[in-house]
Amino acid sequence: MIIKIDNLNYVYNANTPFEKKALDNINLEVEKGEFIGLIGHTGSGKSTLVQHLNGLIRVQSGSLYIDGFDISKKETKLKKIRQKVGLVFQYPEYQLFEETIYKDIAFGPRNLGLNEDEIKARVIEAMDIVGLDYETLKERSPFELSGGQKRRVAIAGVVAMKPKVLVLDEPTAGLDPNGRDEILAEVFDLFKKGGITVVLVSHNMEDIAKIVSRILVMDKGKIVMDGLPRDIFKRRQELEDIGLGIPQITKFMQEYKARGHDINSDILTVEEAKEELIRYLRGNENA
Amino acid sequence: MLKDITIGQYFPGETIIHRLDPRIKISIIVMFITSLFFVNRFFPYIFIVAFILIAISLSKVPIKFIIKGLRPLMFIILITFLINVFMTKGEVIFTLGPLSVTKEGLSQATFMALRLVFLVTGTSLLTLTTSPISLTDGIEELLKPFKRIGLPSHELAMMMTIALRFIPTLLEETDKIMKAQMARGADFESGNIIKRAKNLVPLLVPLFVNAFRRADELAIAMEARCYRGGEGRTRLNELKLDKKDIGIFASMALFFLFILSTRFI
Repeated sequence: MIIKIDNLNYVYNANTPFEKKALDNINLEVEKGEFIGLIGHTGSGKSTLVQHLNGLIRVQSGSLYIDGFDISKKETKLKKIRQKVGLVFQYPEYQLFEETIYKDIAFGPRNLGLNEDEIKARVIEAMDIVGLDYETLKERSPFELSGGQKRRVAIAGVVAMKPKVLVLDEPTAGLDPNGRDEILAEVFDLFKKGGITVVLVSHNMEDIAKIVSRILVMDKGKIVMDGLPRDIFKRRQELEDIGLGIPQITKFMQEYKARGHDINSDILTVEEAKEELIRYLRGNENA
Repeated sequence: MLKDITIGQYFPGETIIHRLDPRIKISIIVMFITSLFFVNRFFPYIFIVAFILIAISLSKVPIKFIIKGLRPLMFIILITFLINVFMTKGEVIFTLGPLSVTKEGLSQATFMALRLVFLVTGTSLLTLTTSPISLTDGIEELLKPFKRIGLPSHELAMMMTIALRFIPTLLEETDKIMKAQMARGADFESGNIIKRAKNLVPLLVPLFVNAFRRADELAIAMEARCYRGGEGRTRLNELKLDKKDIGIFASMALFFLFILSTRFI
């Protein structure tokens, strides 16, 4: 088990008028090699939860184990945890600071104390994973790039640390549809290479439906649903009650079925829907 | 640590201190600061402490909150204290290598440290109980008479509003960037001063870049809504003095006059 959380609670601004309970008794176990989608409305506690995972927020109450290490203990070396859990924040492009893209991506590996050859190898690999051309871009300033490219540099900066758990907080926010699909595809490719657990935070169901193997839904600091995407999307009413939706195509198939068409509405992608509709309509013709 | 800075933070409430006209509050604080620097012995501080304590209890801001606001300034207060202890000449109590501690130095140092503590508590009480908007409205009104000599009071107030408005935003952003760099293994907490300063680069560069970007966006947003400065601008809530405000102002003016007069006793 790579992540194990027991009774985790967190309160912001305790004992002031701004007091806010961000996490309410979270229990969670994540196995190695899972691809988790963490969904919730703004303010549901997603970001607070993921910041706990690499010790950026100290545990107030409860316990949290990463790969066997207890983060809630004071003596646990946080640097070690941060090497295991790579966290890509929302709008990570606003954290770029170096003169060249190479140096920026090398920042993380350098902090790990790696030697120059290893750093270079990792930068090349990370840039390849996020689809940036090493030769043409390594000496350019990250500030000259477009928004989507900047974000790739920032993601590469975390990927280059080779974390065991990669957490991405809304990696596609503010990108155009092409950029969104590309980044998600790159993350999925990285995942498929194996050896890595991914947590993808989003409030966009469409993003998540296609690629994750398990969905966690958060509301008001609690994990309210936990299961396979197909099972989660069957609970459409519950999701809509907490201000979330299901993928449009799933919604369409459910509505279509509700109008008396005998189809399987257990659909996550347009591709699947196409197959199912063809099957159904052909079946009708033959009948 | 960053979250501890309470200067410029507003602590909402409905107390008499909160509702006092901002112009009156600012004038009282100006008198308060003047008397702090005018007083040259310990005993008037009793009245100052009483004034601060009464104001705090009336405002219902938890004392803990105010003490927390002092914490980031502890370093400055400590340095002031040490310099005064070692640099004042007089009756030597004991020596420590080349440094000597004098009786006068000790009392001077305590005096200066107290002065700073009072200064910070008093002024932070102003910002804690006055929303940034009414604070700058008050400043604008108070500066209006100087318009004749070419002081752009509205523009100054607007700049202050914006600066105050962005304190929490920038703090939040600092916090976020700090965390993001820490997630990449940056270390802001160890090493000597030079190393620490160097380690701040990954924090400061993005912070400045973002601040300039924000300024740009804000300027465009203001222009898009036809903002063109103070000329002929009206406001939703006009400031009006009532009898209570004037009464409080008069009694406070007397109080501080009394404190000022202690210098001449």
